[in-house]
Amino acid sequence: MAAERHTSRITLEVNAIPRTLVVDHRSTVLDVLRERLDLTGAKKGCDHGQCGACTVLVDGARMCGCLLLAVAQDGARITTVEGLPADGTRLHPLQEAFLSHDGFQCGYCTPGQICSAVGALAEMAAGRPSAVTAPDHRSPDPVPATEAEVRERLSGNLCRCSAYPNIVRAVCEVAGGRLPRSETAGSLPQEEAR
Amino acid sequence: MKSFGYQRAQRAQDAVAALAATPGACYLGGGTNLVDLMKLGVERPELLVDVSRLPHGTVDRTASGGLMIGAAVRNSELAAEPVVRERYPVLSQALLAGASPQLRNAATIGGNLLQRTRCLYFQDIGKPCNKREPGTGCPARTGVHRELAVLGASPHCVATHPSDMAVALAALDAEVHVLGPDGQRTVPVTELHRLPGEHPERDTVLAHGDLITHVELGPVPEAVNSAYRKVRDRASYSFALVSVAAALEVLDGTVSRVRLAFGGVAAKPWRAYTAEERLLGGPATEAAFTTALEAELAPAEPLHDNAFKVPMLRNTAVRTLARLARSGGPTPGEEER
Ligand SMILES: Cc1cc2nc3c(=O)[nH]c(=O)nc-3n(C[C@H](O)[C@H](O)[C@H](O)COP(=O)(O)OP(=O)(O)OC[C@H]3O[C@@H](n4cnc5c(N)ncnc54)[C@H](O)[C@@H]3O)c2cc1C
Ligand code: SF4
Ligand code: FES
Ligand code: FES
Repeated sequence: MAAERHTSRITLEVNAIPRTLVVDHRSTVLDVLRERLDLTGAKKGCDHGQCGACTVLVDGARMCGCLLLAVAQDGARITTVEGLPADGTRLHPLQEAFLSHDGFQCGYCTPGQICSAVGALAEMAAGRPSAVTAPDHRSPDPVPATEAEVRERLSGNLCRCSAYPNIVRAVCEVAGGRLPRSETAGSLPQEEAR
Repeated sequence: MKSFGYQRAQRAQDAVAALAATPGACYLGGGTNLVDLMKLGVERPELLVDVSRLPHGTVDRTASGGLMIGAAVRNSELAAEPVVRERYPVLSQALLAGASPQLRNAATIGGNLLQRTRCLYFQDIGKPCNKREPGTGCPARTGVHRELAVLGASPHCVATHPSDMAVALAALDAEVHVLGPDGQRTVPVTELHRLPGEHPERDTVLAHGDLITHVELGPVPEAVNSAYRKVRDRASYSFALVSVAAALEVLDGTVSRVRLAFGGVAAKPWRAYTAEERLLGGPATEAAFTTALEAELAPAEPLHDNAFKVPMLRNTAVRTLARLARSGGPTPGEEER
């Protein structure tokens, strides 16, 4: 009976490679990636959906790996930060932009930020609205990448080092939106207004 | 975490039968609340029956001019539906105000409705809590309760229901379609969640094995002019301190249709029937909105650290209605802000 079996054989397509393994039902996608498949890019920050450090793409949609049971993702396509470079060598444009804009300090949140940004750009291109999108916007018209959009759409990723201003600049650059002015001039007044 | 069995249901009736056969079984949607609570030891299911891939993943128009929303639709998908953006903006806004993009991509409509309270004591198995363990007491009343209820609470529990989406659905008089061991039935969203009374352990009127298959919306013409406003400690990725779902139609300066519901203040989405009754047929002015809100909130019983919620809710509701009065037709004597 189903209730008595506590492990299952599953297949996940991780970074374009099918991986078949037997998992304890308690394992999350995050733990399978890190502990079983040696993909330590996705990080464990809170383990409760509160920080975004574990963000990966599941069938193209960004999700928190820490709250996904691996068994429930049997058959899914998962992309981690390790799988972003298209040919396995050159960095993804978002990775380049994080480097050139200094979008991190300790780097712990960075793989989650970058996977989340990849998902956010795809969602904007597909016309998915956010809380700050104009009310009369309708999908599938693409959503213009403004600074406000990028800030709201990346709000599921916390950065303990508070590298936010440079993260926003990096993502805005890749999204083709207008770059916010330098951190001090561009971002502080907006913070105060909240 | 206690170890458990897992099965992926192919048909709704198989899922219901699986739960009927196993008292310790639970449905799994996106898992964003259930897995969290399992890690904390609050939920200890023997078997998870995964209902996230049941064929309830679409949003369809109904013959009566409304919408039938599958329970397995993801929160982010429903928020992006053009017909929802157009005709029920309050629902899209409420969804987009909840959780984070990552969580909304995983969370289902059924799971969102049935998510549990965020009361800190409920989540901490080292503490007493009447909702988690009936009869052990409610430490929140005298402890940490800044985010908890000001309406409809009982001496046994002051928890709030945390869903934003449910507040919009309550304002829209949505109906939940349920398949249970005894067949199908519908439950209005306004009657789905329970006030705690003597039994805070029962969040809803659903019984073990009841599966949410769909949520149905009627045509609700005034919902075209509707909005969701949420007040919270951070601008995003934070639960509501108070929130307001409202829809308003104004004809010649008079309120001809109105719907109002509150979040973050009770164990259920709080439909403001008293205020609605007072508003209907009256002038669409801030003064009238304030009087109606004060009548609705007169029975509020705030605790030591959450009394701020009462004026905050009144002001948020008045401002939301005032804004809708301007967008829903010219209102004499209102100045633009
Ligand atoms: C950090 C964080 C912040 C959040 N912030 C917000 C917020 O601001 N606003 C907000 O509204 N929510 C917020 N949430 C909660 C989030 O919206 C819910 O976790 C989510 O909607 C639950 O959906 P799910 O599909 O993942 O449910 P699950 O976790 O899978 O299930 C939740 C419950 O519903 C039951 N269930 C699931 N599907 C069905 C069904 N079809 N029929 C019957 N029972 C079913 C399960 O058995 C379980 O008891 C937050 C969550 C986190 C972790
Ligand atoms: S408010 Fe309710 S959920 Fe919180 S401790 Fe009291 S009984 Fe438990
Ligand atoms: S580790 Fe998953 S959200 Fe923090
Ligand atoms: S760079 Fe240190 S947490 Fe973000």
